[in-house]
Amino acid sequence: MSGTSKGLTRQQMADRIALEFQDGWIVNLGVGIPTMCSNTDIGDRDITYHSENGVIGYGPIAPSGQEDLNLVNAGGQNVTLKPGAAVVHHADSFAIIRGGRIDVTVMGAYEVACNGDFANWKITGQKGGGIGGAMDLAACAKRVFIIMEQITRSGAPRLVSQCALPVTARGVVKLVATNYGLFQPTSEGVSLREIAPGITVDEVRATVGCKLTVPDALPQVRLAS
Amino acid sequence: MTQKSKQVGSFREAVHDIPDGATIAFGGFAMPGVPFNLIKALLEHGARQLTLVGNTTGAQQPRMPDMGMLVENGQVKKVICAFTAATRPTDVLPFTKYYESGEVDAELVPQGTLAERLRAAGAGIPAFYTPTAVGTELAEGRETRIINGREYLLEYALPLDYAFIRATRADTFGNLQFHRSQRNFCPVMATAARVTIAEVDEDILPAGAMDPDHVHAAGIFVHRLVKVPPPPDGLWPTRRQERSR
Repeated sequence: MSGTSKGLTRQQMADRIALEFQDGWIVNLGVGIPTMCSNTDIGDRDITYHSENGVIGYGPIAPSGQEDLNLVNAGGQNVTLKPGAAVVHHADSFAIIRGGRIDVTVMGAYEVACNGDFANWKITGQKGGGIGGAMDLAACAKRVFIIMEQITRSGAPRLVSQCALPVTARGVVKLVATNYGLFQPTSEGVSLREIAPGITVDEVRATVGCKLTVPDALPQVRLAS
Repeated sequence: MTQKSKQVGSFREAVHDIPDGATIAFGGFAMPGVPFNLIKALLEHGARQLTLVGNTTGAQQPRMPDMGMLVENGQVKKVICAFTAATRPTDVLPFTKYYESGEVDAELVPQGTLAERLRAAGAGIPAFYTPTAVGTELAEGRETRIINGREYLLEYALPLDYAFIRATRADTFGNLQFHRSQRNFCPVMATAARVTIAEVDEDILPAGAMDPDHVHAAGIFVHRLVKVPPPPDGLWPTRRQERSR
């Protein structure tokens, strides 16, 4: 089994991050695995999902045949609206973001450094990239949580001491879920808070490119509220 | 209030005077709000050396007229957008190779900065400071300023010659209403443009038929309207084709 398919599934990584959402939060989910956070059952906590294209209060993906083709989330998927939803234009949507109203933004990343820097818009050797709303969100949301695979397809660590790729924002990442566990960047290194079932601490240590702190009592990744 | 209707008879007529070298913005985020029919008319019109402004160069699947097609058609000098490449390295935007090879220039702008540069242009604000992109490659060599202890990056307004947008409802005066996320950049681009051309889903209503409280973009920002005919003559958003992983 390859390193990228060990441990937690994509949905489980999203589930673990979603458990951090607190009642009343306004949450922005990035394209890819982060959108799966909206599938997680987090009890009766009241969460408002914001999408960068100006949709505030969207719900699940629309069932096939019932899509409104003029209603999409950040990933271009046709979604539904929850009671109380509102739609604003792009400048207002980013006023919400830069104005500090987003409690957490959840994004994917190529790399996260232990000082909280992260990179998710440009790969090595490329002239341009894909920024989208990531830099605005990363600079201005109250918290940035990252979901990514523990290692690259070629086996290199994604949790590193310093980003090699151009960063999206500096010093902002508060929490990282990978298929190997839940990590918190600290000024010293990364701290392993929870470990995925079937993964050993040695495996985590071998796949992290910076100092790793492991608590004496290490819980398994929590997957239900 | 009396005025001539802003409705024109065809997409071709709506874009007939677009000169070479124009700066044109295109509304839309994914399928909603993209002026597919106006882009198709511009492909046929053939104006060259254009500067295009929009969220992304495409391409949605199934492929519909997008900024990338104007690039592929040799009409474009420069693109100002939030994506010159896909965020997932395995996805390839048709535009990327034109940019990487130097055939077409690009200015990569964070999406919120793009929206605010357009808003500023429409609001008579020449420049502004934003926290976005501070500390990144995009800020290298550019003016920043510490305000109340935080570093901000100077960004300039982005005025447009033309904005091409799509709305659901309009009256002859050009007042527009958008449906759901069709709104996105559209009303902001309209304020930033010298000439705004809107393609409209429903029949154009007589002035007075829209409740003024329900207008999302005021007609003073809108200059030409074209009703989108039913398919197959008109192009409409389609279901998204899910990408395979």
